[in-house]
Amino acid sequence: MNTTAVDNAGNAPSRFLCHEEPPAHNGTLLGFWIYLMSDCFIFASLFACYAVLGTSTAGGPSAAEVLDLPGLAVNTALLLVSSVTFGFAMLEMARRNKGAMLAWLAVAGLLAVGFVTLEIHEFAGMIAEGAGPGRSAFLSSFFTLVGTHGLHVSVGILWLVVLMVQLGKFGLTEANIRRLQCLSMFWHFLDLVWVGVFSYVYLAGVLR
Amino acid sequence: MTVKRLRGLLLLPLALLLGGCHLVLLDPPGDVARQQSDIMIVTTIIIALIIVPVMIAIGVVAWRYRASNKQATYDPDWDHSPQLELVVWAAPLLIIIAVGAISWIGTHQLDPYRPLDRVAPGQPVAAGVKPLEVDVVSLRWKWLFFYPQYGIATVNQLAAPVDVPIRFRLTSDEMMDSFFVPALVGQVYTMPGMQTVLHAVINKPGTYPGFSANYSGVGFTDMRFKFEGMNRQDFDRWIAKARDAGTGLDLKVYDRLRQPERDVPVQYFARFEPGLYTRILERCVDPGETCMSATMSDAHAGDAMPGMQGHGMHAATGALADDRTPVPAQAAPAH
Amino acid sequence: MPEATPHRAHVWDVLFGRLTLDSLPFLKPDLEGRIVLATLVVVLLLGVAILGLVTKKRLWGYLWREWFTSVDHKKLGIMYMILGTVMLLRGFSDAIMMRAQQAYAFGPHMGYLPPEHYDQIFTAHGAIMIFFVAMAYIVGLMNYVMPLQIGARDVAFPFLNNLSFWFTFWGAILFMVSLFVGDFSTAGWLGYPPVSELQQGPGVDYYIWGLQLSGVGTLLTGVNFVTTILKMRAPGMSMMKMPVFSWTTLCTSGLIIATFPVLTATLFLLSLDRYLGTHFFTTGFGGNVMMYINLIWVWGHPEVYILILPIFGVYSEIVPTFSGKPLFGYSSMVYATAAIMILSYLVWLHHFFTMGSGADVNSFFSLTTMMISIPTGVKIFNWLFTMYRGRVRFTVPMLWTMGFLFTFTIGGMTGVMLSVAPADFLLHNSLFLIAHFHNVIIGGVVFGVFAAVNYWFPKAFGFRLDEFWGKASFWCWLVGFWVAFTPLYIMGLMGVTRRLSHFDNPALQPYFIVAAFGALLIALGILAFIIQIGVSIMRRKAYAVGGDPWNARTLEWSTSSPPPAYNYAFVPNVHERDAWTDMKKHGFRRPLEGFHPIHMPKNTAAGAVIGALSFICCFALVWYIWWLAVASFVGVVAASITHTFNYRRDFHIGADEVRTFEHTGNWQPEAQGANA
Repeated sequence: MNTTAVDNAGNAPSRFLCHEEPPAHNGTLLGFWIYLMSDCFIFASLFACYAVLGTSTAGGPSAAEVLDLPGLAVNTALLLVSSVTFGFAMLEMARRNKGAMLAWLAVAGLLAVGFVTLEIHEFAGMIAEGAGPGRSAFLSSFFTLVGTHGLHVSVGILWLVVLMVQLGKFGLTEANIRRLQCLSMFWHFLDLVWVGVFSYVYLAGVLR
Repeated sequence: MTVKRLRGLLLLPLALLLGGCHLVLLDPPGDVARQQSDIMIVTTIIIALIIVPVMIAIGVVAWRYRASNKQATYDPDWDHSPQLELVVWAAPLLIIIAVGAISWIGTHQLDPYRPLDRVAPGQPVAAGVKPLEVDVVSLRWKWLFFYPQYGIATVNQLAAPVDVPIRFRLTSDEMMDSFFVPALVGQVYTMPGMQTVLHAVINKPGTYPGFSANYSGVGFTDMRFKFEGMNRQDFDRWIAKARDAGTGLDLKVYDRLRQPERDVPVQYFARFEPGLYTRILERCVDPGETCMSATMSDAHAGDAMPGMQGHGMHAATGALADDRTPVPAQAAPAH
Repeated sequence: MPEATPHRAHVWDVLFGRLTLDSLPFLKPDLEGRIVLATLVVVLLLGVAILGLVTKKRLWGYLWREWFTSVDHKKLGIMYMILGTVMLLRGFSDAIMMRAQQAYAFGPHMGYLPPEHYDQIFTAHGAIMIFFVAMAYIVGLMNYVMPLQIGARDVAFPFLNNLSFWFTFWGAILFMVSLFVGDFSTAGWLGYPPVSELQQGPGVDYYIWGLQLSGVGTLLTGVNFVTTILKMRAPGMSMMKMPVFSWTTLCTSGLIIATFPVLTATLFLLSLDRYLGTHFFTTGFGGNVMMYINLIWVWGHPEVYILILPIFGVYSEIVPTFSGKPLFGYSSMVYATAAIMILSYLVWLHHFFTMGSGADVNSFFSLTTMMISIPTGVKIFNWLFTMYRGRVRFTVPMLWTMGFLFTFTIGGMTGVMLSVAPADFLLHNSLFLIAHFHNVIIGGVVFGVFAAVNYWFPKAFGFRLDEFWGKASFWCWLVGFWVAFTPLYIMGLMGVTRRLSHFDNPALQPYFIVAAFGALLIALGILAFIIQIGVSIMRRKAYAVGGDPWNARTLEWSTSSPPPAYNYAFVPNVHERDAWTDMKKHGFRRPLEGFHPIHMPKNTAAGAVIGALSFICCFALVWYIWWLAVASFVGVVAASITHTFNYRRDFHIGADEVRTFEHTGNWQPEAQGANA
């Protein structure tokens, strides 16, 4: 295409253009936060199901009969402490203290592994007693809601492991700091969801 | 009756267009359907009050301000006008207030759970008249009608005397269907383990098509029945005919009926297993099955999402307590 | 549901799950088998021809490097549009088959399709048209136009954008595979239980996994676009200076973020019921069918606004451009869009007034539904007043817009009729309802997509589309639509319900024949559109245009046609709402020197790989090929992790390269082309 016909004034600065490249704004944290909001809707749907089906025991055991509060206390403590230790890791990150940060991350991860293990143990026990997800709509919605949370925690653990490898290998690069901030949001988000599960499913279910 | 005149106005061009095909929804012979139809026609006319001028304006403005018309004013910077924008928001708002009011009142007046207070315009239900009770079960892919007051049951045929209120209680064996006789009354879903209620009346004798309006699998197309509006003598004769049919509807026959089957002929049953409808509703027809109300804690039936506030569940429990108790028309308040 | 009885573990069963030779419908000797076989032969011939051509022209490398692995929003947008068009042909073939069946199957004639097959066709038609035609089209449009409009170089997450495309693509492929391997769902486009719970075989599973794949893709797109709009607008472009199309993209993306997770969760629960024997939506064991219907419509109703909002944005760009005036009532338009977005959450129950909820519940949802028509009406008025005192040029995009204004208004009217709960008891599930939603989806979304394609095609390719064939396509569609759907409106008022595969009343047959004729006219419209594209490509030299062929108003017209990979050599600095009009008014001249290197994301194969592995995983799940499902899932995880170790994700386009393009690209700012 012949453009010489087009008259161009040349390089006179124009108020319609930015002559410097505007600073790159990274949207990752905002984007991840938006993703977490959408994840909220998944949990909201599962909570809604539990709200509808939580009493549809179809002659099977009810929440008060199958849920184990002492086990739950341990479980909740593990997850909450894990969140706190993740917070410590973030503080160490801010101080650029890689070793301590990795150590705290490892503690957070181990606590989460403990949480998932206990949950699997609880599930296995229920299934062994004949209170599996196929027994009634209540149990279906219970297993799905709690299990989806557990699945999220497991994904978080996998992510944590990968990220620790990255951090060990490449150090606290800009990208890795961003990723760690995302994972931190994810970790705390799962805590919040668990508070909902804990109060609505376990406490309300047992007290009902 | 203004609606009558409006209906005439609306029907005239359509009737010419259709050459005799009957637009039953615009002129139904059942009083409830007719009131629903009236609401439809009145709201359509109200909406047309804004739609038609807007469409004309679009045509006129687009043509008048076509690029080739250099006489027309060109105002290339005009892009807002507070007064006009007020009108632009207010006009549809007013229309919607009018239509919304009609819908609100109509929804409450014509609530399918609400017993009728008239059988025709200006003709209230006479004191002491008990409605005809029909319990409806949708099966794959046929309709089962119980007449508890007469002790008979039929498959794929429904009859009712004219000008007598009918009270349907409806449930389903397995699928979600929709009970619909366009000439009689608007449809309502039938759902397994839940009960819906419908009140209606037919004002003109005749045979009207009825069917399921909700898709339920391969036999859905054939899931049709005839609804007969009859005068009293014909109805009594029809009942007698069903009683003479001789066969009874026991659990074994029901078990055969509930098997998926297409294009099923009309059948009459002189009697039926007592409480069968309730057992279908409670999903405990087969021996060994526990009835739903026995396994569900009633206190939480209202714990549902909006729109599913346990009508069916309340109805189900209510039905077990007393077969004849009217089902509450309002949803249970969620706590 | 998985086989409960332990049966002998044949090697075949382990290797292929429940996939057997009997699963291949084209091997069956009946009519259905022959139809599928013929389709398969045609598809194979076409496929071999296309693949052969690509191989012969040695295009594989080019396609892979420049398109499949591309993270450029413009190329992804074009790929979405191509996907939408291909799927339109599939979805429309289903429509023609339905029209033919209903026109023929009267009295003693049972038609040529048994119900089992007919039911699959209407299910596939609905699901494909919504998920893979309408969604692909609007995501394609938003992808192409929005970053250009806000003066960005790309979206916030270019790699995710590529991944989203591949998820959508493979979801569509899963639907297409169901045509030849196994069968499809017969449960309707929303997969209502109990039908979707009770149907044996892979049909419903195809449906579930196809939608899950594309649903995840769409969700990521929503996250991506919201972040892009909030973070990457050109300096000076405040929210209230953003073009309306970008506003509608923002609102639609917001809706996607808030509703697609509900779809994902709902389908997940349905798959649990089918695979693991849980009791969410079963009729026994405390399950609740109504819950599915509530949940699916919590997604489903906002979905129709997800489709229509960006299209409202399209019209809001086209009407001002071809009226030579700014949009009337910009703020009204923005508030109306936001109002629709919020209200669309509060109306889902109107899809089942007849479920027996109380009168208060029904009245509430009836009112919220009607309230949506207020902001929608405001939009119509605003377009009307935009034309008022303008200079309206009836180009092809504008013709589509006029067709929309008339058709959609009628659709809006029948919509308000349906929203009146007492009337809905009569009209629910009738052909009137079918006519209504085709009226708004064809008259709104489809017309809008064609308007947008005609409007932005010159921007994307540097030449405009042929006018004659464009007009031919428009008139065929417009007339065809009314011929096809007026009989359905009338039959709805006769009390004829939807999804019937056979009729007894011979009086209805003429109506169905007329409707089938209308569908044929629409087929001609589609044909004319394809010819339009072909003719335009052949005459591309004659139809070549500069950067701004329509004398348009927004930023995307200030760059070259087609735009360079980096969109803008210098990021625009925005002062007014119609930024490009403002620039033209002030005699803007494009600089030809002083360029600097531009930072851009690098192409990556990760999206294509992860998408393909996910497809394999879903296919294996459909057929219970567990080893393959596990293996491919592990593959997906491994590929994702590997991708995180890729630190070389960006590069710089050198200043020289920018300079070269800025001197050879296709600008010519003066208006020319089709707007004589």
